[in-house]
Amino acid sequence: MPEISRDEVAHLARLARLALEDSELDKLAGQLDVILGAVAQISEVTDAADVPPTTHAVPVENVTRPDVVTPSLPRDAVLAGAPAAEDGRFRVPQILGDAE
Amino acid sequence: MTDLTRLSAVETRQAIASGQTSAVEVAQAHLDRIAAVDGHVHAFLHVDADGALAQARRVDDGELTGPLAGVPLALKDVITTEGVPTTVGSRILEGWVPPYDATVTERLKAAGIVILGKTNMDEFAMGSSTEHSAYGPTHNPWDLSRIPGGSGGGSSAALASYQAPLAIGTDTGGSIRQPASVTGTVGVKPTYGGVSRYGLVAFSSSLDQAGPCARTVLDAALLHEVIAGHDPRDSTSINAPVPPVVEAARTRDVTGLRVGVVKELQGDGYEPGVTARFTEAVETLKELGATVSEVSCPHFGYALPAYYLIAPSEASSNLARFDAVRYGLRVGDDGVRSLEDVMALTRAKGFGAEVKRRIILGTYALSSGYYDAYYGQAQKVRTLITRDFQRAWESVDVLVAPTCPTVAFPLGAKLEDPLAMYKQDICSIPANLYGGPAASFPVGLSEGLPVGLQVMAPTLREDLLYLVGGALEDAIPYAVPPLTWETS
Repeated sequence: MPEISRDEVAHLARLARLALEDSELDKLAGQLDVILGAVAQISEVTDAADVPPTTHAVPVENVTRPDVVTPSLPRDAVLAGAPAAEDGRFRVPQILGDAE
Repeated sequence: MTDLTRLSAVETRQAIASGQTSAVEVAQAHLDRIAAVDGHVHAFLHVDADGALAQARRVDDGELTGPLAGVPLALKDVITTEGVPTTVGSRILEGWVPPYDATVTERLKAAGIVILGKTNMDEFAMGSSTEHSAYGPTHNPWDLSRIPGGSGGGSSAALASYQAPLAIGTDTGGSIRQPASVTGTVGVKPTYGGVSRYGLVAFSSSLDQAGPCARTVLDAALLHEVIAGHDPRDSTSINAPVPPVVEAARTRDVTGLRVGVVKELQGDGYEPGVTARFTEAVETLKELGATVSEVSCPHFGYALPAYYLIAPSEASSNLARFDAVRYGLRVGDDGVRSLEDVMALTRAKGFGAEVKRRIILGTYALSSGYYDAYYGQAQKVRTLITRDFQRAWESVDVLVAPTCPTVAFPLGAKLEDPLAMYKQDICSIPANLYGGPAASFPVGLSEGLPVGLQVMAPTLREDLLYLVGGALEDAIPYAVPPLTWETS
């Protein structure tokens, strides 16, 4: 039984905001099935049950700094790299549908 | 004077400091070299001739000094450079010009290092061959039909084809060490947090680490010292002194050093030539006064599956920032489509196949119902791998293994088989999950292609890597790439 179906891959692609072509979905489903079959062997590690997870290689405590305003990047320099800008802001495609 | 592009970084600096040559002459020689050979190799995505020559002039004017002032360097295109394009090997950032320098870039510039340009890489550093670059693969200077390793294949190929004596790589699962191994160069992954990640475009934030690449051990150590050290702009940066790497690279004495050969990283799947060179190099260390024993790290076998759950999970989250709003590509914005549709079309167009695979894999591993079995379990296995290392340090000072089970394979050989490609990282991943430093050093050839030996050390003991690397460098003659394609 496959680890992952084509429908499931299509659902994940929607969640990840990837408008994949049908041909890409076909190919990905097969490849992900093989990859997941291999990584699933992680479940064989039975002595992991009572072990705490490691989220970071080097444990660091919360790092804080004085709450002082420091210079940030110039606005125009940042907006220059954006696909669209207007009136000193990022311009985005419409967020609300026609009906609203 | 001799060909300036054949000098080590140390020799280059000596030649500049003694007035035998100038930084501008050195920079120009490398720019000429790039123009002559990079059509074959494709190590660079962008060459910044004006910036390089301007920086070289500052060195010649005496504005910038230091042990590497005037030495040229190839910078992996995952590190931001103010005013110079940074693509991360992806279409989604094509044409983006960062408004700021990464901390690594800042430190290179302040040290008088001359950045020649940005090097090719697998898109978002996901891959082991540079074939996943959106701008075409890099070719291994040892054999142009073979891969230069990945993801930092551009940096390693630039070194091996004498286009630069120094380079910067980044290593999330082996992207500094495996390219070093297959091109016969030196590559060091510092302790996680040893080099600032500020301005390093994120792939997997708990693993990503920038490090030095060079043709000699001392050159790598000198570069290491330039880029390492605490940076308040990276909250995971370690606030501790940089280990004495340059001193270790000069001492290179392994007398009494306890070397552990990892039992789990040998045997089936390792090419006979790789095993032979590795075994000889370990024998050499023994002759030089090290004591050698075999050490079992029982969970290393699960490092690969753990990594291919953790790294894609973090990537799926990190790469959400490519939303067609703030930088790079935007596709399908026709005034009618919604933000969400434009985002999905842009990401589908801007990301390549491997990046999409990993985003979907990570999205899956993080989804409710699978989280505990995959991502959660992988993080627990990460703890067990760390404990394997800690147990090893009770009996040995460093661990060694081949850097990679194979020599450079032919371009295209693993492109349609992602899992086979992933297995290139089998030896390098444990150190990333643990966080300690690790390096690859050249130890000779198998069938005419370079083999690398990997050294792994405890957290913040990168000096031990350089001790071993230096000792091996003295004992094993440097294999010079024949570059037969240059004359044909």
